[in-house]
Amino acid sequence: MTNMMLETAKGIDYKPSLQKPAQANPVPADREGAVAAKMGVYDLDLYYKDFQALKKVNLEFPENRVTALIGPSGCGKSTLLKSLNRMNDLVEGCRIEGEITLDGADTRRAIDVNSLRRRVGMVFQQPNPFPMSIYDNIAFGPRTHGIKGRSDLDEVVERSLRDAAIWDELKDRLKKNALGLSGGQQQRLCIARALAVRPEVLLMDEATSALDPISTAKIEELVGELKTRYTVIMVTHNMLQALRVSDKTSFFLLGEMIEAGPTEDVFTNPQDERTADYVAGRFG
Amino acid sequence: MSMRMDTALATGEPVAPTDQIDALFAKVSANHEARRRATSLFLRGSVYAGAALTALILAFLVGYILVKGVPYLTPSLFEWRYNSTNVSLMPALVNTVLMALVSLVLAVPFGVGSAIYLVEYAKRGSKFVQLVRTTTETLQGIPSIIYGLFGLLFFVTALGWGLSLFSGACTLAIMILPVVMRTSEEALLAVPDSYREGGFGLGAGRLRTVFRCVLPSAIPGILGGVILGLGRIVGEVAALLFTAGTIAQIPSFGASGFAALFDSARTLAVHMYVLASEGLHVNQTYATAVVLLALVVLLNLAATFAAKKMSKGNNND
Ligand SMILES: Nc1ncnc2c1ncn2[C@@H]1O[C@H](COP(=O)(O)OP(=O)(O)OP(=O)(O)O)[C@@H](O)[C@H]1O
Ligand SMILES: [Mg+2]
Repeated sequence: MTNMMLETAKGIDYKPSLQKPAQANPVPADREGAVAAKMGVYDLDLYYKDFQALKKVNLEFPENRVTALIGPSGCGKSTLLKSLNRMNDLVEGCRIEGEITLDGADTRRAIDVNSLRRRVGMVFQQPNPFPMSIYDNIAFGPRTHGIKGRSDLDEVVERSLRDAAIWDELKDRLKKNALGLSGGQQQRLCIARALAVRPEVLLMDEATSALDPISTAKIEELVGELKTRYTVIMVTHNMLQALRVSDKTSFFLLGEMIEAGPTEDVFTNPQDERTADYVAGRFG
Repeated sequence: MSMRMDTALATGEPVAPTDQIDALFAKVSANHEARRRATSLFLRGSVYAGAALTALILAFLVGYILVKGVPYLTPSLFEWRYNSTNVSLMPALVNTVLMALVSLVLAVPFGVGSAIYLVEYAKRGSKFVQLVRTTTETLQGIPSIIYGLFGLLFFVTALGWGLSLFSGACTLAIMILPVVMRTSEEALLAVPDSYREGGFGLGAGRLRTVFRCVLPSAIPGILGGVILGLGRIVGEVAALLFTAGTIAQIPSFGASGFAALFDSARTLAVHMYVLASEGLHVNQTYATAVVLLALVVLLNLAATFAAKKMSKGNNND
């Protein structure tokens, strides 16, 4: 109980700033092409049965940067995200044309789907811990990919929880069921679980939309740290969040990619009128 | 009128406090409240009465059997060997447990396996899945005597297994397969897709995702189906008269090993049926019923305990 209160107090101590903090984003807003593309989609058309959800999308995701996907509901952000780690394969009647690459290799032909999903991890909108202990949640991925030794697993679990900034909160209750955690803790647990398989890219689909401002701030801070080692691609409905944490922003409308560029440019000097309207909150 | 209202709402002006609709509510509210209270009182009464009646009937039934049977639970009733004077229920008791074990070992892997196939592997909502589901539901409704007849013709006669523990167990396994399958299917369908996404998202294959992420939270539901099946096995008479026979002996596993599976074996329910139809040992019949009751309770407890064990990570303590 007191522990929880301390946690909260610490959380308040952490100040979520509304402006983009200079320190959290040390990388200058680089022009496109200045950093190598970790992933890319080229002329991507995606259909759910007859419905075309993505239309000729061309977009690159620079390495060690945070790319934000924004746009009104139903414009295909989640769809694009899911096609990056082929979660769309599970959807009946989903058809993809065009090319998606990871380090230049075609994700649908040159890479085995399970190793693709290991390299391209995902955090979902709703936290979805498995109904097992915190420890087993984190250890699930490493075990799946062959790490068996107890001490090896211990190390991976601790490391992942530390990376997700939740080790101190959870270290005394690793054997407890993960479903007993709060929503914010569950989400950070899911991030730790995704990090535990050492992905190269982290996809986050509105990962903070179900969380309170303090948990959100913690996760945003976390993303800022993670990008030194990972390439992050996040969907968000929160303009300020995109502004705070992302280096590159891409705006979608009705399945089309309207505009992409350095975040500051997209927000302060959008090239397309529709982007300007959306960013200014005039529709969506 | 409605135009005026719309503009009033749109411009945020307060709408006039009373209008036709308020008047409507005012008119009906007085006597509606009274009627609603009366209806709710009546409904609550019926629900309580229904619950009380059910509990009463059950209590009476169990009480009656206990009162009639417990005084005759003598040591001679539990002697290892049956003869017509001690009418021991021991062989039947052991046979019931054996019968339940063998039937479950046959039925559960098949039932759970097909449910996993239908939910996790087959195309969702396909014609084939629907066909299988309808068939299973139909099979669930077939009277057990028909399974008995099938067992008699197929296992006993055609395969030449005779009236035996194994013929009976195979017949019962077929009989409970639909129950196990349907409940397992429902249990798997109830597991949220987010668990599957979580598994796949970490690069786990389908097999691992199903067995490690999905199945554990479906186990309580599956166990529910197994308990239902167990109840049918323990209480079954008709199908077993045709397939397992009525010899009141424990199959001689000691002497003939697994070949003893092909000995005829009388279960407790069959034993009760035989005693009751002979009419010579009415008191012992009641005593047997007490043991049968206790056995059912015990088996259910065991199944529940197993469920707890198997899904131990699921509980939050
Ligand atoms: N499994 C599916 N089957 C058919 N259509 C789908 C499916 N998933 C999404 N769609 C459709 O594709 C379009 C894009 O959906 P998507 O989920 O990618 O939107 P989104 O941009 O993530 O929206 P939101 O911000 O509300 O999450 C929508 O019109 C949606 O109805
Ligand atoms: Mg979405």
